Amino acid sequence: MGNERIVVIGVGNEYRHDDGAAVSVLAQLAAEDLAVDRLTLCDGEPTRLMELWEDAGLAIVVDAVHGHPGEPGRIHSVTVDADHLLADPLVDEESPAGTHGLGLGHGVALAAALGRLPRELLIVAVEGADFSIGEGLSPAVTDAVPRAVSEVRRAVEAHRAEASGP
Amino acid sequence: MTHRTQRLLTVGALARVEGEGALHVSVRGGEVEDVRLRIYEPPRYFEALLRGRRYTEPPDLTSRICGICPVAYQMSACHAVEDACGVVVDGQLAQLRRLLYCGEWIESHTLHIYLLHAPDFLRLPDALALARSDAAILQRGLRLKKAGNEIVEVLGGRVIHPVNVRLGGFHRLPTRAELDHLAMVLRQARTDAEDTLGWVAGFEFPDLAISHELLALTEPDGYAIDSGVPTGALAGPFPVRDFEQHVREHQVPHSTALHATLDGRPHLAGPLARWNLGSERLPAEIRALAAQVGLGPRCDNPFRSIVVRAAEVLWAVTEAQRIIERYQPPPTPAVPVPPRAATGFGVTEAPRGLLYHRYDLDEAGIVRKAVIVPPTAQNQNAIEVDLRAFIQPRLHLDDAELTRRCEQAIRNYDPCISCAAHFLTLTMDRR
Repeated sequence: MGNERIVVIGVGNEYRHDDGAAVSVLAQLAAEDLAVDRLTLCDGEPTRLMELWEDAGLAIVVDAVHGHPGEPGRIHSVTVDADHLLADPLVDEESPAGTHGLGLGHGVALAAALGRLPRELLIVAVEGADFSIGEGLSPAVTDAVPRAVSEVRRAVEAHRAEASGP
Repeated sequence: MTHRTQRLLTVGALARVEGEGALHVSVRGGEVEDVRLRIYEPPRYFEALLRGRRYTEPPDLTSRICGICPVAYQMSACHAVEDACGVVVDGQLAQLRRLLYCGEWIESHTLHIYLLHAPDFLRLPDALALARSDAAILQRGLRLKKAGNEIVEVLGGRVIHPVNVRLGGFHRLPTRAELDHLAMVLRQARTDAEDTLGWVAGFEFPDLAISHELLALTEPDGYAIDSGVPTGALAGPFPVRDFEQHVREHQVPHSTALHATLDGRPHLAGPLARWNLGSERLPAEIRALAAQVGLGPRCDNPFRSIVVRAAEVLWAVTEAQRIIERYQPPPTPAVPVPPRAATGFGVTEAPRGLLYHRYDLDEAGIVRKAVIVPPTAQNQNAIEVDLRAFIQPRLHLDDAELTRRCEQAIRNYDPCISCAAHFLTLTMDRR
């Protein structure tokens, strides 16, 4: 428990505007020298996600999301409950399931079905406004990056405090 | 439905393929009138952006064309530039390149077999359903894929878009300890690959037989992956420098990927082409294991390509084992590749088929022209021809079932749309 690995994974594409939110969040965390076992970007492909969070006590995945209806810059922190997920997967059965189209939801659901989730999985999702081709975040997402960084830092510290016991 | 004289099937976004494409089928009076595989990923412009770049850059730049088969791009690019510069990379450096390529075949084919294609044969919607119905099977697939990933990571520096490849060889050679680790991983992979072959060979395969031209590399001493002579089943062998005279690309209005023909005929590259043109040169052990599961020296049914892929994975695992076992470190990680004004040609077998590169260099080593012909672009014509033959006797099926079968048929070819776009939504028009 006290030696459990902590990994932070950013998913996204900095060349699709707000889809690069995680890239900015991880760059900031790296600049602040966040003390975790792994701080890495990933394309979100499920098998790679599973490899990255293998045997982790805590995995935090930062990603950008569409909101319907959206509020660009809003941050959602979701702790994944494997039992709940197995009973009621948060996956749209009609969504494309190509390797380029598999969303984080599919990846997490697949890992849950295979028993390959980390002990604790936190998704930090930043709602985006613009996912068209090009660089640079929209103003709302730019403003959200420091808050997402704080959320990751808070989760890491809380996990460490819990792991070190009373 | 069959009482309609006109029918249109549309798949707006094909699922379980690499990239974004769509299928449009129109039927008039009980006859398939038109089949169009529509690739709508944005054009990539790689050939244009390579102009004016240094001759050392194509391996790294072109690897970005594809996250699934970057090694194929690196290898074809290296071969083409080295050919222009008059340098041949051989010996243990060539063996290490082959090992890296085997890693990519293992991971790419395994991803396709388990996550994209097998669910079709099991009548499951996707890999998630497969995980829920038989987690152990999918775990095996992921373990096998990971073996491929690990080879690519050790030789290439990272799993996606490897950074350790350079003209003349590598930036860094693998250590003995790293290769020993891979040898250990490959022992389990060997078992997993044999089990995979047995598993997919037991699927039920719809009837379909290809009758068009095939194109693959062949070489006298083995199964071609990173070297060989382009060979058509009908056209015969031809020098790589004559590739563009035989394989002609042309634009079609419904696709951002160019179509191609071989001596004027639609042709197919990839596992079936390689198997039919080269399986007799596989090691006897692999041929025997394939024969045991009913895969003989010829395979004309695209639906059985999943069995051929599994056999190729098994071969790639054994080939990787052989290379590691015999490895002796070369004196340097790379040999010098000085530039010169010339044209160079490179062709290797990407998982999805033959991948051709050509570069015209000036005396300073600047790329003046680049030509890249990826396998999926070559295969589009053949896919449309095969789909037409597949759909016609199945017009009695309702739209939903016919659409499902068409998507399965397209996945036979493992199209890598990102490579081809210079993926599937199905539209079926029955009128």
